[in-house]
Amino acid sequence: MVLQVVNSPFTEQQIQLLNELVPNLSAEQKTWLAGYLAATTQHGQTNQPAVIVEEVQAPIKTITASILYGSQTGNAKKLATQFAEELKQNDVQVEVYSMVDFPVKKLKKVDNLLIVTSTQGEGEAPDNAKTFYEFLHGARAPKLENLKYSVLGLGDTSYDLFCQTAIDFDTQLHKLGGVALVPRVDCDLDFQEDASNWFTAVQQALLQQSGVGATIAQEKVSSTQEVTAYSRQNPYYAEVLEKINLNMTGSNKETYHVELSLEGSGISFTPGDSIGIYPKNNTARVQSLLEALAIDANDHVTIQQEELTIQEALTHRLEISVLTKPLLEKLGVSPLPEVAWREGRDLIDLVKSYDVKLDAQTLADTLRKLPPRLYSIASSYDANPDEVHITVGLVRYDIEERHYEGVTSGWIASELAIGDQIPIFIQENDHFRLPKDDEPIIMIGAGTGIAPFRAFIEQRDETGATGESWLFFGEQHFVTDFLYQVEWQRYLKEGTLTKMSVAFSRDQAEKIYVQHRILEEAKTFYEWLEKGATIFICGDEKQMAKDVEAAILQVIQEQQNTTEHEARAYLERLTQEKRYLRDVY
Amino acid sequence: MTKKIVLPPQEGTPAVNEGIKKESNYLRGTLKESMKDPLTGSIGAADQNLIKFHGSYMQDNRDERDERQRKKLEPSYQFMIRVRTPGGAATSEQWLMMDEMARTYGNGTLKITTRQAFQLHGILKWNVKAYMQEMNRVLLDSLAACGDVNRNVMCNVIPTTSKIHEEVYQWSVKVSEHLLPKTQAYHEIWLDGEKVHDTPQVEEVEPIYGELYLPRKFKIGIAIPPSNDTDIYSQDIGIIAIVEDNELKGFNITVGGGMGMTHGDDETYPQLGHLIGFVTPEQLLVTTEKIVTIQRDFGNRIERKNARFKYTIDRYGIEWFKEELHKRLGFELEEARQFHFERTGDEYGWVKGENGNWHFTLFIQGGRVKDFEDYPLMTGLREIAKVHEGRFFMTPNQNLVISDITPTKKRKIQSLITKYKLTDGKHYSALRRNSIACVSLPTCGLAMAEAERYLPSLITKIEEILDESGLHEQEINIRMSGCPNGCSRAAIGEIGFIGKGPGKYNMYLGAAFNGSRLNKIYKENVDEATILQELRTIIPHYAKERLEGEHFGDFVIRANYVEATTDGTNFHTKPSVLR
Repeated sequence: MVLQVVNSPFTEQQIQLLNELVPNLSAEQKTWLAGYLAATTQHGQTNQPAVIVEEVQAPIKTITASILYGSQTGNAKKLATQFAEELKQNDVQVEVYSMVDFPVKKLKKVDNLLIVTSTQGEGEAPDNAKTFYEFLHGARAPKLENLKYSVLGLGDTSYDLFCQTAIDFDTQLHKLGGVALVPRVDCDLDFQEDASNWFTAVQQALLQQSGVGATIAQEKVSSTQEVTAYSRQNPYYAEVLEKINLNMTGSNKETYHVELSLEGSGISFTPGDSIGIYPKNNTARVQSLLEALAIDANDHVTIQQEELTIQEALTHRLEISVLTKPLLEKLGVSPLPEVAWREGRDLIDLVKSYDVKLDAQTLADTLRKLPPRLYSIASSYDANPDEVHITVGLVRYDIEERHYEGVTSGWIASELAIGDQIPIFIQENDHFRLPKDDEPIIMIGAGTGIAPFRAFIEQRDETGATGESWLFFGEQHFVTDFLYQVEWQRYLKEGTLTKMSVAFSRDQAEKIYVQHRILEEAKTFYEWLEKGATIFICGDEKQMAKDVEAAILQVIQEQQNTTEHEARAYLERLTQEKRYLRDVY
Repeated sequence: MTKKIVLPPQEGTPAVNEGIKKESNYLRGTLKESMKDPLTGSIGAADQNLIKFHGSYMQDNRDERDERQRKKLEPSYQFMIRVRTPGGAATSEQWLMMDEMARTYGNGTLKITTRQAFQLHGILKWNVKAYMQEMNRVLLDSLAACGDVNRNVMCNVIPTTSKIHEEVYQWSVKVSEHLLPKTQAYHEIWLDGEKVHDTPQVEEVEPIYGELYLPRKFKIGIAIPPSNDTDIYSQDIGIIAIVEDNELKGFNITVGGGMGMTHGDDETYPQLGHLIGFVTPEQLLVTTEKIVTIQRDFGNRIERKNARFKYTIDRYGIEWFKEELHKRLGFELEEARQFHFERTGDEYGWVKGENGNWHFTLFIQGGRVKDFEDYPLMTGLREIAKVHEGRFFMTPNQNLVISDITPTKKRKIQSLITKYKLTDGKHYSALRRNSIACVSLPTCGLAMAEAERYLPSLITKIEEILDESGLHEQEINIRMSGCPNGCSRAAIGEIGFIGKGPGKYNMYLGAAFNGSRLNKIYKENVDEATILQELRTIIPHYAKERLEGEHFGDFVIRANYVEATTDGTNFHTKPSVLR
């Protein structure tokens, strides 16, 4: 990459400096710099690209590829889009599809198929991958002898069915006759490096098809790309403006409303997005672990060429709360503890029960990076441009005599204070988006699942949207747990919210949940679907989303007086039309 | 069939409440619907007014207001339900039901009100109906326990004169029943009663009240001299049983008493009833009815602050009133018979009635029945109710009489009293035994200062002064209300406190121990330190210079601390005598 006076706005002196600097930067440094420059020049100035890229040579033969992603939180989509951009830079003809949008008839004609997919819950395909997954595994799946493919899996090793969807796709494509371009790679929560390596391999394999060989163009920055300085790799330190426990005394829950400042960060987001937060491990928990292992808190360790104390490393860098299978294998624990035992237990339990002995550096090398935790954003950027709000439920439970709290929620609940600065990034979530302003929406959420709907309604309030909106909310008790109650009352009064149905499960002898309210309102619910409503579901998958889906199917079946199969087909159509959207965890 | 009642016109715009009543279709309003709205624990403003007629106030826990607002929650709306129990009577079955309801739907406590009624707090909107239905199963209701109608009829509870007490008590029930609203709204809304179809346009649903009911609340109490425990001078209608040769001859009638006033508005004042004559038992119901209709027709429906019956009487004059009453009755009241009141307070502990049965009067501080730390009052009473075959009587002083215990049962009841450490209060100072406090904070929406939660600790501090002066056993009435509406009848306390703001009270002195004279303002807007400082002068002075049998309320007048209030109209006259 060479800058010249004629192809850039710089003076000769500047170009000399830049040409000295730029080629020596790593990819990460470049991304950061680009973002930094874009952010610092944002106010009122022309959105000039930070770096202008030299033209690349035309390849000899045109290569085509399709990238399909199955994404729940947006990571797979983001990677797919990023890879596509880079392939285009190398004159590969690329098409990117969410799996739900991919016209399956085209599959036979695809030369190179790249799949990037996450795995949901217990080995299930993400929502927008389900139909394609079923198609590929069904009787209508075509023979794919001419297909070259590769699969990138995103997952979390704390689940035993780690990257199962990616494995399934890989296996099935192979069965159908496809040939792997490069082997599948399964990434853990900290996916960047593995994903990048997989892509480099894929890109090389593709370019070899054209004869260009290894001359891969450098990573580039497109002038149209919107960049902020901050990212998952370079989080923004947001100041905590407000922290309120929304539940009253007497509740079984602790739900924190946290407001963070984005002032001056240049960060923006869209309703439906999440933020990632890098937490820290509980001080006492770190202490206990060190004691259990008889490691001195001040022992120095090296992580990625950086030297720090083991205490710092365990507090800010390493995950100590989850017993993943790979971790147990690395530690050589034998016999491998059962899943049921591992569930909810942490490294301290393991050390104590299995008499694990490690020195500080081995410990640091063995543990995986402390992953960020994602929370659905509970506010609208347009309504509060300098802030981002989240709704965090404190996870807490007891096993035998010991009390446990979730890493991030426990930290927010007990240690986070107003005025603190915490590292965050925006996680886009394009599959969970409001429809047009005049279209009706049905929002179904339980507990903290209410969060994105607060963002939706704030947004619709801000834009004066005319579409009807119906909110279902479930919690345990009316008196103590009605999250954001007065706000909903106000939106109802002002008409931004058309209708609200609530289910408080423990206010009466029999348990009443949101799905019961859906069934009670079956007729109206179906009418809303018929007039084009988009359904949004947010919250716990196992506890809520499944039951809600069953209720919706029942409503469709009853109201149409049809079969279960037909009702499923109806819901399938809604999914295809992006009118059945879930943000479940 | 009564024709629709049309009221004589009044000049001015009727008070808001009048419109609400008129629109309500005899107390229905939109209660049925608003009780079901699942998104709020509250009901609309009009329905809040109407539900009072059904015996309930919408309230919220004021202690939690700020916190809930911060948490983006509406106030903790809840309902207080006041049960109609004429004469304060409850069977064991009824007591057990109230006890259970308090623990199931309420805040786990029962309040005995100054009008001898059960009051439950903290009932959520969704539970009100279930509560009403459960209560109905034991033949209790809350109809007209609040609202612009005749409220719970009070009756003396001294049970030693068993025969007379029973007879007079039955009259309190009859008066209460006679003056109950006749609308079916209560049955429709709470008891799933059939809706009465198409109210005929000409026929009056409420032959006594009419569709606008009364301009303001209305209170009736019956006393059996020499006890004036029901404070009959504070009632709109006071009924004094006249007993000669152990026979109930009839009743003296007083009219136009009432406690409420508004701070800073001298046009409002507490007033004592005027004695107007004597009626025979057979004349009692019609007399109360006609008195009520006079207030219905002439009470102020423009200005609610001046709508109580006492202002109607004071405006038109007592002679006019007597004439109007005679006109409506078709006969004249006889001249009032001789009677004599000694006291308003309760006497505690065991007493034997003339029929040989026993009665135990239990001291209940502030009328609050609950399980205190080290004092399982609520549990103890529950255990007693499980075996007690007689009745309970809630007293006008917020205490409880376990009544009609047969000699054979006495030992069993006594063993329970001992087991649960239930107290006749005899170890408390006589001041504490003669104390009354309204509910006030945190649930009462009108409260300006603490009452029930604060008075006990204030008394503890006053007791130090009493003990130093050797007055531990000297009976003195002390009453505290959180606002000037007067639920504790503070204006006839020998020492009265009416809340002005947090920690601040107007301090009144000089009421008669037997309830026949109002007190007078002594210090305005004072805090605890000032109250104690003043009493540190007055109480030792009283101990030193009181005459034989002289009550505290009389002494402070003779010693020129305050002037005597001779009538409600001079209640606000500032103390002219300075010491």
